[in-house]
Amino acid sequence: MVEPYKDLIELAIPAKAQYVGVVRLTVSGIANRMGFHYDDIEDMKLALAEACTNAVDHAYSGQEGQIAVSFFIFEDRLAIRVSDEGNSFDISSVKQRSGPIDKDLPLTSMRERGLGLHLMETLMDRVEINGGRGVIVTMTKFIHRDEVEQDVDSPEKTKSHG
Amino acid sequence: MNLTIQEKTQSDTAITMVVSGEVDAYTAPQLREKLMPLTKQKQEVFLDLTTVEYMDSTGLGVLIGAYKSLRAQGGRLVLIGMSARLSRLLKITGLTEIIDIEDGA
Repeated sequence: MVEPYKDLIELAIPAKAQYVGVVRLTVSGIANRMGFHYDDIEDMKLALAEACTNAVDHAYSGQEGQIAVSFFIFEDRLAIRVSDEGNSFDISSVKQRSGPIDKDLPLTSMRERGLGLHLMETLMDRVEINGGRGVIVTMTKFIHRDEVEQDVDSPEKTKSHG
Repeated sequence: MNLTIQEKTQSDTAITMVVSGEVDAYTAPQLREKLMPLTKQKQEVFLDLTTVEYMDSTGLGVLIGAYKSLRAQGGRLVLIGMSARLSRLLKITGLTEIIDIEDGA
């Protein structure tokens, strides 16, 4: 089994579109604190917003409900779990329809929705979707440390000179 | 968490709209409401996205809807002022191949 996480931050929002922005701000704060780069933070904001937007759209069919977002902080990565207790869906059929827009398809069959899962899978290092009572999406991003850093004098070495 | 949409220039056949702020599940409906009538009235709709700070698939959905509506009557949608982030988003989703993108505003 995987090693335990260092810290856990949990957030629950009403399944309403106006609160997805709050989740974006939260992940931005956590990832920034962990030392992720700007582009990776923006990727995570987007991927997480897609997962939450899906939950807002599909989980409770217009009824009130909650979306739980858990941030598992590891030494080398951030794992985020988004779960709802609403309607589950046929995961395999959604996955089949996921992907970029095909420019060769006729105008009328061009999708306006359904890009979310494709974006999540492209922007995160790992995405798992499980159905149960509701839908649980777990997405992970690793911290990519600067390879350049190793070529530069290490802080210890610098310190010994000072 | 705000979105503003302002008209910049307009002629009988073309209009340029400046979109600023965040386009997400909450604000995308506002963009759709402003944009869709214009796609029926104009031949060319230019969207200046220079000051868009955030956009996700709900915003892309609005762009696709506008593109389809304009194309259905022989018009065109043109995006200008694309940030590196937005360019990446359109590339990942395959939209760079479809929607016209021009440099500068």
